[in-house]
This record gives sequence, structure tokens and C-alpha cells, in this order.
Amino acid sequence: MTTVTITPISTFRTDDPYPFCPGCGHGPILDRLNEAMIKLDLDPAKVVIVSDIGCSGLSDQYFITSAFHGLHGRSITYATGIKLADPDLDVVVIMGDGGTGIGGTHLISAARRNIGITVIVMNNLNFGMTGGQHSTTTPEGGITSTTPLGNLEHPLDICATVGVNGAGYVYRGSSFDHDLADRIAAGMRKPGFALLDVWDLCTAYYVRSNKFTRAGMEDSMRSWGMEPGLLYDREVTEYATGYRAAHEAIVGTPTLSARPIPVEFESTLDHPMSLVVAGSAGGKIRSASRLIALGAIRSGLWAAQRDDYPVTVKSGHSVSELWLAPEEMPLTAVTRPDVLAIISADGHGKAGPYLSAMTANDLVLTIPEYADLDTEAQVVVIDPKSAERRIPKTSMGLVYLAAALAMTGPYPLDALRVAAAAGSFSEVNLEAVETGIALV
Amino acid sequence: MTTNIQAPRREYVDGATAIVRGAIDAGCTFFAGYPITPASGILMAMMRELPKVGGVAMQGEDEIASIGMCLGATMTGERSMTATSGPGISLYSENIGVAVMGEVPLVIVDVQRLGPATGGATTAAQGDVQFVRWGTAGGYPVIVLAPSSVPESYSLTVKAFELAERFRCPVFVLTDKEITMTLSAVDVDHYPTVDVPARVEKDKGVPYSWEPADAVEPMRHYGYGDAFRFTGSTHDEGGYITKNPAKVGALNEHLVAKIEDHRDEIEMVDTDLEAGAGTLILSYGVTAGSARAAVRRLRSGGVAVSGAVVQSLWPIPETALGSAFDGIGRIVVPELNMGLYRREIDRIAGDREVVGVNRIDGRLITVDEIMEAVR
Ligand SMILES: Cc1ncc(C[n+]2csc(CCOP(=O)(O)OP(=O)(O)O)c2C)c(N)n1
Ligand code: SF4
Ligand SMILES: [Mg+2]
Repeated sequence: MTTVTITPISTFRTDDPYPFCPGCGHGPILDRLNEAMIKLDLDPAKVVIVSDIGCSGLSDQYFITSAFHGLHGRSITYATGIKLADPDLDVVVIMGDGGTGIGGTHLISAARRNIGITVIVMNNLNFGMTGGQHSTTTPEGGITSTTPLGNLEHPLDICATVGVNGAGYVYRGSSFDHDLADRIAAGMRKPGFALLDVWDLCTAYYVRSNKFTRAGMEDSMRSWGMEPGLLYDREVTEYATGYRAAHEAIVGTPTLSARPIPVEFESTLDHPMSLVVAGSAGGKIRSASRLIALGAIRSGLWAAQRDDYPVTVKSGHSVSELWLAPEEMPLTAVTRPDVLAIISADGHGKAGPYLSAMTANDLVLTIPEYADLDTEAQVVVIDPKSAERRIPKTSMGLVYLAAALAMTGPYPLDALRVAAAAGSFSEVNLEAVETGIALV
Repeated sequence: MTTNIQAPRREYVDGATAIVRGAIDAGCTFFAGYPITPASGILMAMMRELPKVGGVAMQGEDEIASIGMCLGATMTGERSMTATSGPGISLYSENIGVAVMGEVPLVIVDVQRLGPATGGATTAAQGDVQFVRWGTAGGYPVIVLAPSSVPESYSLTVKAFELAERFRCPVFVLTDKEITMTLSAVDVDHYPTVDVPARVEKDKGVPYSWEPADAVEPMRHYGYGDAFRFTGSTHDEGGYITKNPAKVGALNEHLVAKIEDHRDEIEMVDTDLEAGAGTLILSYGVTAGSARAAVRRLRSGGVAVSGAVVQSLWPIPETALGSAFDGIGRIVVPELNMGLYRREIDRIAGDREVVGVNRIDGRLITVDEIMEAVR
């Protein structure tokens, strides 16, 4: 344990005056934030002010705390990363109404997660920095440089948005509130997500084009149904702390490490061999191919499989190209398979290029529907109905691949049996392997 | 049955797993990503594995949030990684600039799929090779590594962390659907042993300095020592926004010099040269598979040919390639795009003939196609 002596701080401000226009509400809000931090007796090295972009985004430079000044609308994302990395830090986001618009999804997600940050929105109902354009909070009818005839959009209720989505602490007020410093301090003490929607005057733009005043601002809030005051204050679990608690039990358990597959068999394969199974998605084609590869590895061979399927994992085709080789080989596509198994209409649809490249020494295994394939390769039709037991669709791939192995003999069938027995679904897979072997 | 101790020790594994292992072995403690085929495997594995080493893994509400969280976490002392595909890189764009400007070590995995736009989610492509290099405003250098196999997916991920720390910059691992999702047998003894040094940090003083221009200042992190500033705006050594031309120039020249003046620490090429060869097959990423196979087959047919697989795509390994080009008259560059890297090779190849083998239909370039271009 180290002991740290903290001298109480009399101000968190630097000596520099704010850069804002005369009468701008941003300065007073920052003064209230300063007072809140003094009240809370914080250590400036443990506070990170994350600022957005805009006039509001200039704020962090006037504090002696740490600061992260990033991109427009993304301040909440950086703040989330900071808090997740170190839950002991006090993380305050300062953003404009512009930032809440462009970064709206972050606002909602941060509230839903209850990440323990405090967001102060300097809501002056327009974009100050870029010249008084309308924002998501500009009132209906509001005149701005981009709504010269009056805004046609409904203003966003920031507080309601985060409030209904789980935020721990939600307050609406203005830069004129006497108790704003206490409200900010309460928000910062709240373990979860806290948001203060603080309305203020942009004297350069919104005030000028709308004859907007302090009284007008407070009246408008009520007339638009956006009541001021403490709107939500609920018990919540702070996300970064909750995350640690939820994962505590698995900390220190082993992560993915390489587990060598035992080699217990021998193969006589002296050249690379390619097998392709063409079937339907959902038919466990990839798993079947994987088992064949695992059997090969158990026989001292190298193996690789390249799978192709549409993004709809359970419908359409599923084609797996498998290489078995006595030497390590670079990854290449199979152009002319030694063995091709066509086990469904979807697979048949993808088999054309393989079939036309195959020659008399190559082998095609297929279902009775495709007995008349146009290829030089030797075609062997296997009727699944001739099997002793009905073959489930999800076993077809393994049945045909097992049959192919039995016919071509690249490695001992026992290696495949051991691989099937060692994996998941061993019973079903072993049955498929035996069915395939029996069908030849 | 007896297990022979001399028997090979192999596993059957995909590139995504190798990337995740590489990241964890390199000391990654923070991951955030948004699901997208073919990169989701990395996200899912990180969500499962990272908490086991005491790290944090997040599914962000979108890609912008994901990379944003990584930036915040790295500045709070974590080693971070994110993974996506082309559409996600598009959304990362602005924050890649923040990582460059704020000098944030960050590993960004781009599992390429066929573009443009949503393109082909499960289709191999190499269309992002210029995009990752020039993917943010300003044109400042980034580092891009491209694995061509499962073991390289591991070793180059580790290398990416090492370079990100060394140069305080974003480093891309540019891979693709095939390298990431293809399962292959790998000799478990062939993974390199990893030793990424601890981050050089300081607990007080300015967060930046560019004296001399190529020097990289030890990092600061929130909560460790004094307060400090970070900004994505043009800044002085203290992280204060500035428009002073001398300071602006010094900062921006530093961002270039710290990488350009140290190319020798970054450049990586796997060369396979043969005396008397007139042709060099130059490849990277998934296409290196067919390229290496073509070299083997040509040689077994008595044709002298050289091969080079570029592992550090950016900065372009001009020194290593320059010596590989000695005595070569023809350079064959197979790519799953219409020649996006070939143009760079053309630029440094002098009078040599540079020919492409190109595909943008989702199929891999075959060994035969490359062999035809050699003859
Ligand atoms: C991605 C992006 N788009 C646009 C801008 C330009 N821009 C700078 S500030 C700003 C609006 C700021 O408005 P607000 O958040 O309300 O802050 P205020 O200036 O009113 O305090 C915009 C659009 C930017 N910096 N980044
Ligand atoms: S433009 Fe508006 S928001 Fe910006 S400083 Fe001036 S009054 Fe304040
Ligand atoms: Mg505003």
C-alpha cells in the first residue's frame, strides 16, 4: 500500500481566461464544474475531462486535470474506454448539443450500459462554432443559419432519451441554476451513467436570430414539455465495476493455447491429395471435412481446409476444399480435386468447374440424382437409401467423405475412427463414419 | 497404441485463433470491436479469452465506438486491439487519424472481404491494401503487416504490437477471409517465442516531444502520475492546441520522420531467391500461397525463379526488395485486386517489366495462372 497525501485544491482552473464570446453560457457552466470538483475534493491527476468538438470542446484546456480532446460526437466513446481501463478515475464528458446529435448512438449506449461517466451537455440549441446552424435540439420554428424560415424538426429530448434507457442520474437545467455545482457533484458521485442537460445561451447566434433570452429559455423548456430538474436518480450497477465482477471467476483460467494432436497412425500418402465435398449449408460439411483432416493429422499428415458458403450460414451451398499432404504446403485453391463428393442440389450447383477440370484418374462420389454427370472422372453413385439406417442430412458429408477415404486409402480408417471418437457428437459421427465405410 | 515422442506436434487451427493468441501473448489487455464477417471470429474469441487474463473486451455499439474505446483505454495504460473488415475500416477512418495525431499505439486487424461497400462478406479479396495506408485524412504514414499463413497470423500480430509500442502509432494487420478462416495443420513448435517489452512510460512531464524529429517520447497514461493532456488537434509538446507554424511543422514532420527514418526496423520480406533467376514472383497475404506453390513447381520443372512474400506492406520494404530485384528482368505480382500494390512495385522496379495476375471475382488466383505469367 502506498499513501498519497493530497493537498485540498482551491481551483481546478488554469489562469487562462475562457475564449468564449461575451455572454456565452459555456463559461458559467465550466465555473460550476470547477466548484463541483472543489466540493468533491478531487485529485486533478485522477480526473479526466473528455471534451467534444465545438466551442464546448475548447473547455478542457482551461483545467489542470487530465484531458482527452478527440473527435466530434465521439467523446463518450473515449470516456468509456478510459473508465473501463481504470474504474477509479473520475471521467467527465463535456459536449455540445451538436455532439449529442452526431454521436447519438453513443449517448444511448452509454446510458444503457451505465458506464460510470458524467456527461455535461452545453445545450445552446445550435452549433456555435461552425456558425449557428441548427442542431438536434433546435426548437421547432427556431431560426438558424440553416433554417432561415424556421426549423421544421422536432427537438430531441436528451434527458428522456437517456432516462428511458436506464441512465442512473439525469438532470435538466440551465447555466443560470444556483445549485448547478451541486447537481454536477451529485452526478459525479453517482456510480453509473450521469447526464446533465444544461441549456445555455449562444449569444453570437441563437440569441441574436431568435431574440432568445434567459426567461424565454426557461419558458420554452416548459412549453415543449421538457421539464427542468432532477428527472432520474436510480440505483444502478456501474458497468466497468460490473464487468469486473462478472468476469472475476474466470480471471487466471487458461486461455487458448496450442494443443498438439497425438500422432498414432502412419500414412503411405506420398503426394498431396485434394478432396472436395459439395453440399448444403447446415449440413455440417465443414465439421465433416475437419474430422477427415484430424484423422490425417493423427496419421502424421499435413492438412488444410478452405470453406466456402454464403453469408446465410444455414441456407444455400457449403463447399469444403481439403488438402492432405505428406509435406507442409502453402495454402492454394483446389482446382482439380482427386475426389469430389456431391451430396445435394446446392453442392451440385457449385461443382461445375471441378467436374470439368477432373480427369479419368479422379473420383466423383454422388447421390443417384446426379448419376449422369458430365465429367471425365470416374463417377460412383452411392444411394443413401442402401445404407442400413436412414442417414440424417447433417451426416451426409461425413458419410460420403468416409466412403471416399475407404476407397482411396490415404490413411488408416482407424485414424478417422479415433478422431471421431475424440471430438464432440462422437456417437453420431462414429455412426456416420461406419455407414460411409460400409457403403463402399 | 503408443505415442512416438519424435512424432510431429501439430494442431488444426485457423488464422483468427492465431491472431487472438498472438495478441494475448503480446500483452493485449483491451479489445473492442463490432461484429462483421469475416472478422467476427476474432471479436468472439476476444470476448471469451481476454477477461481470463484480466483484460476487458467490448462489443461496441458500432465501429466508431469500438475504436474510440480502444483509444481511451490505451491512453489509460492498456494495450489495445480492434478487428473489422472493409466496411468497418471506413468507419474507423477519422479515429485512425486520432491515433496518428495523438500517437496512440493501437493494433487494427482488417480481415479483408470483397468490396466495394457491403460487397461479398464471405469472399476473399485484397482490395484494402491502399485503403488502410491512406484511410485517414492528411496522408501520414502508418504501418501495415500482412500475414500469409496461420503461423504468420500469430507472429505478425505480435510484431504489430511491438511496432505499435515502439513507434506510438496505429499498426494494421491486413489479412483476409481465407487466411483468417481457413483451418490448417500447424507445427506447434514453429510459433516464435514472444517477448514484447513493457511499455516505456513516464509519470510526469509533457506527453510529447519531437527533438530530434524521429524520437518517440515515452507515453503518459491517465491515473499514473501527474495530470496530462491528449488531443487530436494540432498541438504543442504539452498537448495544447496551437497554430504556431514552427510548432505545427515540427509536430507533423515528427509524425512522418519517426516512421520513415526507421524503415529498417519495420521492413520485412520473406525472400526465396534463386541464382540465375530472371523472374521474381512477388506476393503478399493469401496470394502468397499460390505464389509459393508456383515457385516450387517451376523449380521442380527446371525453371529458375525467385520468390518474395512481402510481410510489411507499408512502409514498402524498398531495401530488401531492391536487393531481391538484382538480376531480375520480370516481376510477376499476383493480387486479388486490379494491381493496387503492383503500382508501388512498378515505381521502384526501374526498367524491369512488372506484370500482374489479378482476380476480383472472389476466386483465388491459381498456381497455374501464376506459372503462365512467369513463362
Ligand atoms: C466529423 C465532423 N463533422 C463536422 C465538424 C465541424 N464541426 C465543428 S464543431 C461542430 C458543431 C458544434 O456544435 P455543438 O456541439 O453544439 O457545440 P457548440 O459550438 O455549440 O458549443 C461541427 C459540426 C467536425 N469537427 N467533425
Ligand atoms: S459562438 Fe456561441 S457557443 Fe461559441 S463562444 Fe460564441 S456564444 Fe458561445
Ligand atoms: Mg451547441
